[in-house]
Amino acid sequence: MAQTGTAQQTRPRKTMYLGDPLAEPPPPELLAVLDPLRGRDDALVTVLQRIQGLYGYLPARSVRYAARELGVPLARMFGVATFYNQFRFTPPGRIRLQVCCGTACHVRGAPAILQRLKDTLGIPADQTTPDGMFTLQTVFCVGGCSLAPVVLSNGQAHGRMTAVGAEWLVRDLRAAEEGKP
Amino acid sequence: MTASIRVGTSTCGLAAGAEETVRALQAAAAQLDLPAEIKRTGCLGACHREPLVEISTNGTSVLYGPMGPAHARELLAGHFGLPGAERPSEEWVVSRAADRRDYPYFAPQVKVTTVNCGVIDPLSLDDYLAAGGYEGLRRALALAPEAVIAAVQQSKLRGRGGAGYPTGVKWEICRNQPDPLKYLVCNADEGDPGAFMDRTVIEGDPHRVLEGMVIAAWAIGARRGYVYVRAEYPLAVKHLEAAIAQAREAGYLGTDILGAGLDFDIIVKEGAGAFVCGEETALMHSIEGKRGAPRMRPPYPAESGLWGHPTNINNVETYASVPSIMTGGAAWFAGLGTAQSGGTKTFALTGAVRLTGLVEVPIGMTLREVIFGIGGGIREDGTFKAVQIGGPSGGCLPAALLETPVDYEPLRATGAIMGSGGMVVVDEETCMVDFTRYFLSFTQSESCGKCVPCRIGTRKMLGILTRLTRGEGRPDDLERLERVADTVRTTSLCGLGTTAPNPVLTTLKYFRDEYTAHIHERRCPAGACAALR
Repeated sequence: MAQTGTAQQTRPRKTMYLGDPLAEPPPPELLAVLDPLRGRDDALVTVLQRIQGLYGYLPARSVRYAARELGVPLARMFGVATFYNQFRFTPPGRIRLQVCCGTACHVRGAPAILQRLKDTLGIPADQTTPDGMFTLQTVFCVGGCSLAPVVLSNGQAHGRMTAVGAEWLVRDLRAAEEGKP
Repeated sequence: MTASIRVGTSTCGLAAGAEETVRALQAAAAQLDLPAEIKRTGCLGACHREPLVEISTNGTSVLYGPMGPAHARELLAGHFGLPGAERPSEEWVVSRAADRRDYPYFAPQVKVTTVNCGVIDPLSLDDYLAAGGYEGLRRALALAPEAVIAAVQQSKLRGRGGAGYPTGVKWEICRNQPDPLKYLVCNADEGDPGAFMDRTVIEGDPHRVLEGMVIAAWAIGARRGYVYVRAEYPLAVKHLEAAIAQAREAGYLGTDILGAGLDFDIIVKEGAGAFVCGEETALMHSIEGKRGAPRMRPPYPAESGLWGHPTNINNVETYASVPSIMTGGAAWFAGLGTAQSGGTKTFALTGAVRLTGLVEVPIGMTLREVIFGIGGGIREDGTFKAVQIGGPSGGCLPAALLETPVDYEPLRATGAIMGSGGMVVVDEETCMVDFTRYFLSFTQSESCGKCVPCRIGTRKMLGILTRLTRGEGRPDDLERLERVADTVRTTSLCGLGTTAPNPVLTTLKYFRDEYTAHIHERRCPAGACAALR
């Protein structure tokens, strides 16, 4: 083990069995996110949002780094991260499909659209296709109720959606993605 | 002669393809060599006709929609009467009047908080100033803080987040706290599915919200403000950040605002996707960087809020009403509404109604006037069945209650609530049992789990409702449902729990026959429940 600090010798870290994952200093891009927020008592959610902005999800290692660097107990860090719907712990697909399940969309047929997307992609909600192309999510209201039902692809809203339209959307997005170099 | 062309590019407009329309108009204007300025504005509220294009020349305006990119050139050539071009099709014309009142959807509305939405460029401070912006702040700063509070009290402005607490009274309580450090919070965590009032106001007129907050800061003596915005509203966050930067630059935020000795600044906090954070104590925990779990009240935030300091929390629409009270006068504002509640209320009118969108009406207008007068009734000549008001905390009201005025007390008497402004209309195709199950699935998944009645009770109610929609209902289910609902309502810790049973209780009250049909006849009268077809 690379641990040489005196405090660690008397009381080993609980993570020792992994081979201390934090023995190396944090990567620079992570430090760039953490540094401006040091000592801010209101920054915990913001820290997690920026880490997710950096990697597209919350790698467990980065959360551990953040806890150590900001002096916040790891339990609190994960307590906050798991409380909010926005945070995810697995890498997202390249295209994030979000089916709005708000009231207006529900009344106008969102359940059928969600079902069709599940069938088309062959995955349940909150999962990513094996090829890493699509992540399917549900979201409670994006505020586009007057154009219900709404589906978002990487944040872009498609209004007045139908089940057939959603299938076409997947086809178009896949073609566009495969056409990229 | 320069024409001004405005295209609504709020989230709703963009979803309808407004960005493509803007680009097509720019290309067409350049091709046709028209001296036209093309502006991106917020949402006029007539979302059913999006994308909307308004062309103004020499004081006359014509509003067209829906205008897809394919007709951009045809529209411009026709509107400006270029040689060989035909006049634009009458089918495209929404309105020919500058105040748009010739369109029946707009005629009964009274716009106060949304008056600039869809008219000004939300990213332009000059546009806001030209529309009379920050005049309310000037007038407020010329008054003593106590006089501002008195004016807000006289205006009968009440909390637009739904609870309806008198805003002036709230401000006064906060002002009277001895603690010199006071906070101001704007609740823009518009989590109710089916509601987009706050999104529209922030996207379309962000400075109005800031102005309302600065006036409140002056009245209360607050130094620092937060706007807590849903993470699902990226465009609102962007417009708000831009407006704050402009306001700082121009001296409407920062130190010694307009030379009145007021120091106040605002920080935007993005939510992270938790409905319960719309509850004020949960929201404050979230701002402090904690799990957004609510706590017992009292103490109320006005006494002990952010980091233990007195904190005034109002929602977007409440703050957005304040500048108009300062410019128009408290008596005028109070006169718009009813004896108990002044001003106007915006509603997100959606669902099975013919004309969907954002409407702003004087408080006290009846539900019928809103749904049939403005919304044009039910689409495809369907039959009105119910209107759901107030989202998952609200209730479903039947046709017999359509004469109910939209006001806090009359709505509460029916079992629904005013709520933040979601108004979802449903027709005969919607099963009320399944609709209620939908709301409970929402509150169940959004319950934070801190208190037992809400955590377990919402799950129990959802379980029973799911069973009913599958045709597995038991004869004593309704009694059990009522018992659980009553327990959750009376014993939950925060507003999420105490209001979660409202959809259940109101549908049991007004649509009980649908429940009994599911249980005793194994039949779904609306034909919506798949297991019962």
